[in-house]
Amino acid sequence: MGNGTSIGRVRGHGSAHSGTHHWLVQRYTAIANLFLGLWLVFSLVTMPNYEYGTLMTWATGPFNAVLLALFVVSTFWHARLGLQVVVEDYVHDHANKFAAMAALNLAAFGGAGASLFFIARMVMLAAGQESAAAALQSAMGGR
Amino acid sequence: MATKNRPLSPHLQVWRWGPAMLVSILHRVTGDGMALVGLGVLIYWLASLAGGPAAYEAFSAHAAAWYGKVVLVGLTWAFFNHMASGVRHFVLDIGAGFELKSNAAWSVFTPLFALAATVVTWAAILLK
Repeated sequence: MGNGTSIGRVRGHGSAHSGTHHWLVQRYTAIANLFLGLWLVFSLVTMPNYEYGTLMTWATGPFNAVLLALFVVSTFWHARLGLQVVVEDYVHDHANKFAAMAALNLAAFGGAGASLFFIARMVMLAAGQESAAAALQSAMGGR
Repeated sequence: MATKNRPLSPHLQVWRWGPAMLVSILHRVTGDGMALVGLGVLIYWLASLAGGPAAYEAFSAHAAAWYGKVVLVGLTWAFFNHMASGVRHFVLDIGAGFELKSNAAWSVFTPLFALAATVVTWAAILLK
């Protein structure tokens, strides 16, 4: 007893030690969402204006860009876990449940991947503008 | 199918409403709202910033329109409500706050906090 397969341990032979995984990860991502969400709301509220340049300067700094990327990962992960529970609660047919979970996974991973790409693209745009400005300055004689 | 006629456990309509019930339902509603609408707005916002000034202007126009404001204020409320009831869940997770009176009191507090936080946030934005 205790040295069998995982399913054997579940079937009356003790815990497989993975039943709380979903519950725990939902809490871990919730803690990250709490801090990162408050950071995002605070940043947006205290921003002087919502012009393109202001937002890009804010979002492409190394500190903010990393936090923004972490916010994306944490929220999409948390949303995937939360919507999974909704699917399990309301979609009982096995085939429909499989389809709903497949669609949910595609949307969550696709959305998070696209968002991370957009953040990377924003940082590259800002870096490109900086080097273009530096090239212009040196072409005009140093200053 | 025979399984269709099996007795069901009592559902929402037979219970007397209490604040904890409302908070539980709001937690799921605001979570679903942010997952389905909020993450969509997040993707559009990041895509428009990555797309350049013209794309961001289009996003800004939608965000400033009446329907955009309704969505953004709604998401702000959903964020604070889900946050407050989420913190309440952390407290319940450690086994505290199940006494009838304190449970009801904190259940009443969470949506009130969310409304107040939403008003303060948007006042700070609009009075800038």
